[in-house]
Amino acid sequence: MSDIEDKLYTVKYTPDTTSHLQPVQECCRICKSKICTVICPAKVYEWDENNGKLIVNFENCLECGACRIACESSSLGWEYPRGNKGVTFKQG
Amino acid sequence: MDREENKVDVIVVGGGPAGISCAVTIARAGKQVVLIERGKFSGSKNVFGGAIYAQPTREVFPDFEKTAPIERKTVEHKYALLGKDDATVISYKKKHEDPVSYSVIRGKFDRWMAEEAAKEGVVLVEETVVRELIVKDGCVIGVKTELEDYYCDIVVLADGVNSLLAKQIGLRGDLKPEDVALSVKEVIKLSPEIINERFHVNSDEGCIYEIFGGPMLGMLGLGFMYTNKESVSIGLGITLSELVEKGLRPYELLDKMKEHPEIAPLIKDGELIEYSAHLIPEGGFKKVPILFGAGVMVCGDAAMFVNNLHWEGTNLAMISGKLAGETAVIALGKGDFSEHALSRYQQELEESFIMKDLRTYKDLMSGIGERAPEFLGYYPQKINSFFEMFTSVDSIPKRKKYRDFIKLFFTERKISELFKDIWSAIKLLWSILVK
Repeated sequence: MSDIEDKLYTVKYTPDTTSHLQPVQECCRICKSKICTVICPAKVYEWDENNGKLIVNFENCLECGACRIACESSSLGWEYPRGNKGVTFKQG
Repeated sequence: MDREENKVDVIVVGGGPAGISCAVTIARAGKQVVLIERGKFSGSKNVFGGAIYAQPTREVFPDFEKTAPIERKTVEHKYALLGKDDATVISYKKKHEDPVSYSVIRGKFDRWMAEEAAKEGVVLVEETVVRELIVKDGCVIGVKTELEDYYCDIVVLADGVNSLLAKQIGLRGDLKPEDVALSVKEVIKLSPEIINERFHVNSDEGCIYEIFGGPMLGMLGLGFMYTNKESVSIGLGITLSELVEKGLRPYELLDKMKEHPEIAPLIKDGELIEYSAHLIPEGGFKKVPILFGAGVMVCGDAAMFVNNLHWEGTNLAMISGKLAGETAVIALGKGDFSEHALSRYQQELEESFIMKDLRTYKDLMSGIGERAPEFLGYYPQKINSFFEMFTSVDSIPKRKKYRDFIKLFFTERKISELFKDIWSAIKLLWSILVK
């Protein structure tokens, strides 16, 4: 079984310097499910227990939009990366 | 920038099947049309199973079969019900003289369509994100991109399932987790010879697998497999609310599906060449947004145009795009871009298979969703256990085996559950066949 890192290694990205995903950390801190850390198909979100902070590996984003819809408090700032940035699917 | 300098007749947002079909229809009528695509090229942000359908594609590109990058023509549909370690597979095979569908790769096919559209006069602007619509006196009059503003008489939104723009101008609200399926897909490289051998097809022929059960047993989710020239696309789509409620990771479900004894030999020793993910609009008829307004129309995935039972999406996208394009041309001819003028688009949709089919299946997702553990779990498993019973040879008399099999329907669950299932099935059939 290939794990998610191996899968993401096959994806072509042109990462931006700033994140197109902007969680509202105060909402994340009180969010019980932190469901984005589960359902994201690219494991973009990780909960940093020590710092009480949602880590966003935005450069891995596949731009599906699932996190925005699943976000319990509908607080996630989500927009498309800039025009020449983000994922490029060759085999979609 | 001067407003008049940056003004065209129509701006189409999104260079997928809906947007391209719309734009090319407008260009063919001699009108100015700009097609804005946020990816590096058309198709670069798009993912599907998948196969495109010949007849609807010909309606937009009549000769596409001669030059478009097609992978394989579909000759076989297989429906696989996966149990824990067993499977029942039903297959329908026909070598149509006139193929119904072709497997394609969107990065190649959408790109080809966009290039064809450009040859016919569509101005294709890639790597550009429309951030906002420009609205004046309740009428959409242009778009704001990162770099500059563009003005036009009509904006067509073909900006995909997430359609932030339709939301911005209030044509629709926020999507809910039950309105979309999250799909993950892997493209696995295999030699053409191995594909032909494992899927029992000739080199230009392909096979589609629709996969029920397995790791998604009892859930509103389905798996798929498509043969390409030199690869197999395998993936699954599962309603986002199921993932949320059950706390499941989509790629782990796919990994489990790939390990199933029915599936694993088909992709054995293949090399993963690309992993991808995308949302599928599954809300159906009840979640179709407002489709037009003054100076604006919505088509394709942005309009929730997916027929999930028949795995149709690109065809609804192309035809809705074409209809929006035709309405735009008429409106331009009259110089009337009002809500009333563009309401023709809705009328055309209503008369087409698009709204008729969406209406036919308006209760499908909710009907099955309510009893997903039964319709997508219990009964598929029963089919497998029937064949297990039927094929077993164990010196037990057959009549006893049949009776034991039937008895279980009444004894292993509350009998009221059985009646609820029958009632739901009747209601569902009635909604599909009658009203």
